[in-house]
Amino acid sequence: MSQAESLMRLDTRVSRRSNMLLEQGIGKPRRDKVCLGAFAFLFAEIIRYSQNRVLGIQDLEAKLGEIGRRVGVRVFELLMWREKTVHRETRVLQTLVFINTVVWRALFDKQADALGRSTENDDEYMITDNEPSILRYISAPKEMSSFSPGAFLAGVVEAIAECCECPARVTSHLVPAEDMPLKTVILLKFDREVMEREKRLEAGK
Amino acid sequence: MIHALFVINRSGGLIYSKDFSGQVAQLSSNEALIFAGTFHGIHALASRVSPALKGRAATRDRGVQYIDTKGLRLHCFQTPTGLKFIAVTDPLHAGLTDVLAKAYKLYCDYALKNPFYSLEMPIRSDLFDTMLRQLVQAS
Repeated sequence: MSQAESLMRLDTRVSRRSNMLLEQGIGKPRRDKVCLGAFAFLFAEIIRYSQNRVLGIQDLEAKLGEIGRRVGVRVFELLMWREKTVHRETRVLQTLVFINTVVWRALFDKQADALGRSTENDDEYMITDNEPSILRYISAPKEMSSFSPGAFLAGVVEAIAECCECPARVTSHLVPAEDMPLKTVILLKFDREVMEREKRLEAGK
Repeated sequence: MIHALFVINRSGGLIYSKDFSGQVAQLSSNEALIFAGTFHGIHALASRVSPALKGRAATRDRGVQYIDTKGLRLHCFQTPTGLKFIAVTDPLHAGLTDVLAKAYKLYCDYALKNPFYSLEMPIRSDLFDTMLRQLVQAS
């Protein structure tokens, strides 16, 4: 076998292998999983990188949120393309259910654990995840106890809410519970216009 | 029963120490550091003076694995990267390699994947504490 031939053979082998993973179409829902360990290292490095470039905890959360937003916009487009049964939601509740189920299942292979409305304010909704897998290994030191690594998730949710024409201010809060040290609540506070529109739609029904 | 657990980094610095039973004498932080440094030295010496040094890698001496006294047994587990996990148990306690290997796994997960941990520095992670306590209680 000539050298060129053997190189060719090597080449097809490589491309066949990449066919399996990298060159897969985006249309079909991927059932193969991403290694959590690899992602954890990447995410830890993102946090560490951001931490060196901010002044305080709020700043860090904002930065993580910004990174999350970039992810969220892409995830939204991808899901709209991929999921044949869902369509673009415009109502608040449907948007929330979409995030709670479709988005969470695509990202974490499970539904979020709870979806609730704030008892104090009508425009505030909460999505609860008892154990967000991407935060599993993160444990902030005592002097940063107010830091919520879920800010990244909040960014993802914020971008998706915005894409659904339901812009909201999204924050994440660490609410440690018994046996669930990483229980995270994502709080969505919808803009005033959204709630007004919601009322109009409700009345016009 | 595991009384205490220490983790020593590759240059002989103490990066973690925890007392689980309350039955052993408490070391002050200074004493604990000296203990770590001394053990590190003895471990290195022991593997140097071993007659098996010339052998193949598989049979090569792995340094101190136990220290036995009348009152306790010290188990040492060294990782391929030079980290040492040391457990203090009752005398003649059976091998702890698998438990210490699990502790190593916890270190890999909850220290190395934690963005607030810097390499070779003391481990301060609540999750690592909790998981290690669970491991020790289960063993």
